[in-house]
Amino acid sequence: MGMMSVPRFWRNTKARYLMVGRRCRRCGQVYFPPRNLCRRCRRRGELEEVRLSGRGEVYSFTVIRTPPVGFERSAPYVMALVKLEEGPMVTAQLADVEPERVRIGMRVRSVFRKIQEDGEAGLIYYGFKFVPVDEDDVQGE
Amino acid sequence: MKRVAVIGVGLTKFGELWDVSFSQLFVEAGTAAINDAGIDGSDVDALYVGNMSGGRFIDQEHISCLIADYAGLTPIPATRVEAACASGGLAVRQGVMAILSGMHEVVVVGGVEKMTDLSTERTTQTLATASDSEWEAFMGMTFPGLYAMMARRHMHEYGTTREQLAMVAVKNHENALHNPYAQFHSRITVEQVLASPLVADPLRLLDCSPITDGAACVVLASEERAKEFTDSPVYITGSGQASSTIALHSRERVSFVDATYNAGREAYARAGREPGDVQVAEVHDAFTIGEILAIEALGLVEVGAGGRATEEGETSIGGRIPVNTSGGLKAKGHPVGATGVAQVVEVVLQLRGEAGGRQVDAEVGLTHNVGGSGGTAVVHILER
Repeated sequence: MGMMSVPRFWRNTKARYLMVGRRCRRCGQVYFPPRNLCRRCRRRGELEEVRLSGRGEVYSFTVIRTPPVGFERSAPYVMALVKLEEGPMVTAQLADVEPERVRIGMRVRSVFRKIQEDGEAGLIYYGFKFVPVDEDDVQGE
Repeated sequence: MKRVAVIGVGLTKFGELWDVSFSQLFVEAGTAAINDAGIDGSDVDALYVGNMSGGRFIDQEHISCLIADYAGLTPIPATRVEAACASGGLAVRQGVMAILSGMHEVVVVGGVEKMTDLSTERTTQTLATASDSEWEAFMGMTFPGLYAMMARRHMHEYGTTREQLAMVAVKNHENALHNPYAQFHSRITVEQVLASPLVADPLRLLDCSPITDGAACVVLASEERAKEFTDSPVYITGSGQASSTIALHSRERVSFVDATYNAGREAYARAGREPGDVQVAEVHDAFTIGEILAIEALGLVEVGAGGRATEEGETSIGGRIPVNTSGGLKAKGHPVGATGVAQVVEVVLQLRGEAGGRQVDAEVGLTHNVGGSGGTAVVHILER
C-alpha cells in the first residue's frame, strides 16, 4: 500500500514496535497481528494482550525485485513468512542476510528497524524485521 | 440447484488498449453479448458488474451507474460487485442468484477493468490492496511475492520443479495462439521463461499474468425464459463461493488453497458432479503456481501432483483435462474485474463448439476465479 496515514499507523504502534499481540483466555490461541475477536471462540472468547518473544523460523520466503512505491531503494530485499514460536505467522522483511543464504526452517529473531519513509521530509515508519539467529547465517563483512 | 441458462456471451480484445476508455470497453462487450443472445435491451431486468478498483485505476467509483448509463439500460437496477481479482466471478454468481431467487428473469453480468492508465508501480500498488494492506503490503510485500512464497512452499513440500511452473506458462501461451481475443500471440519456451527477469524469486516475469484492459459480458436467463431466445443454451448447473483469511500468513497452510477447495466442493455438490466429470476448465493462473494450486484444490489432479500433471501434458489441449484453453490469465490477459466473466465466456464457447483452433470435446466445464492470495474463491460448473 505504500504510505499510511499517521493515525492509522499510530493505532498499531504497540504491535509494530513491541510485537504485542493477543491471546484468547478461553482457547489459548495467540494472534499476531492483533485482532479484537478470537476466530475460534468469536463472542465467547476473551482476548488479552501478550508480548511475543520475536523468535521464530522461516516458513517460506521470496526476494522482491520489483518493489512497490516506497521500497524502490530497498530492492532487492527478502520477504518471509516467519512462524513465531508462540504459533502465529507474520509477513516481514529479513535483514542482515544474503538472499542466497535464506532457507526454509532458518531460525530468526525480530529487530526494530525502519520499514519505509514518506519521502525526504515525511514520516519515518518503524517496525520489526527479522535477522538470523545463527552466526553462520548473518551477512559477513 | 435449478439450472440458469447462459444465452449470450461477449468479449473485447484484451490488451493494452490506450485508445479505448472504461465505458467503451464495457459497452463493446455488452453489445456483443446482447447481440449473441438475440435479445433487446428492453428484455434485461438487471445488471451486475465485476470491477476491482475503478477508484484507483481511473478515479471512478459508482461504476454500476456509469455502465447502466452508457449502455442505455437505465432505469434497471445496476450493482457493482467487488472481491479483488474475483470480482467478475462473484458478479456471475450474483446474477445466478438473482435468477434463482425468482426476482429477475434476464440478467446481464459484465466485468471490466481499465488498468493501463496508471504506471506499473501504481498498478502494482493497487493490486497489492487485495492483500492485507496494514500487515502484508505495508511491510513491503507485493502480489507476485505472495504467490512466490506459495510456490516456494509447494516446491519444498511436493518437489514441484521450477521447470514445471514454466510449463504452465508455455502451455497457456500455446493455447492463446488460437484465441483472437488474447493479449499475447507469442509462443514461448521453458528456456525463455527461466531466462526472463526475476520478479519475486522463484517467480519470473513470464510466470506472471500481464496488466490488461478488457471487458467481458454474459447474458443469463431463467430456464423458462431462455427457451424464448435459444434452443441450445449452455447451463450453469453449480455455483460455489468461499472465503478465507485475507493475509496469507493467517492460514494453516499456503501450499493448498482452502477457499478454492471449499468453493469447488459447493459447486460440485450443487451440480451433482464430481471433479472427474469435468472435461474443460478455466482456472485462475494469475501466476503459474496459481494454476497448479487450482487444479489440485479442485480435485482435477491429486494434491501435490499439479506440476507433474502439467509436465506430462494432462492439462494441455488433447490431454486428460484441458486447462485454460483460452490462454488463461497468463496469455489471454488479466483485466482483473473482467477475468471471472471472461472465464465463463470461454467455457460457453467450448461447450457450444465455437472455440475454433482451441476446441476440445466437452460437455461439462468449470470456471475458477480467485481474489487476493486465496481470500476469496468462486467456482461455476457449466454444462450443455
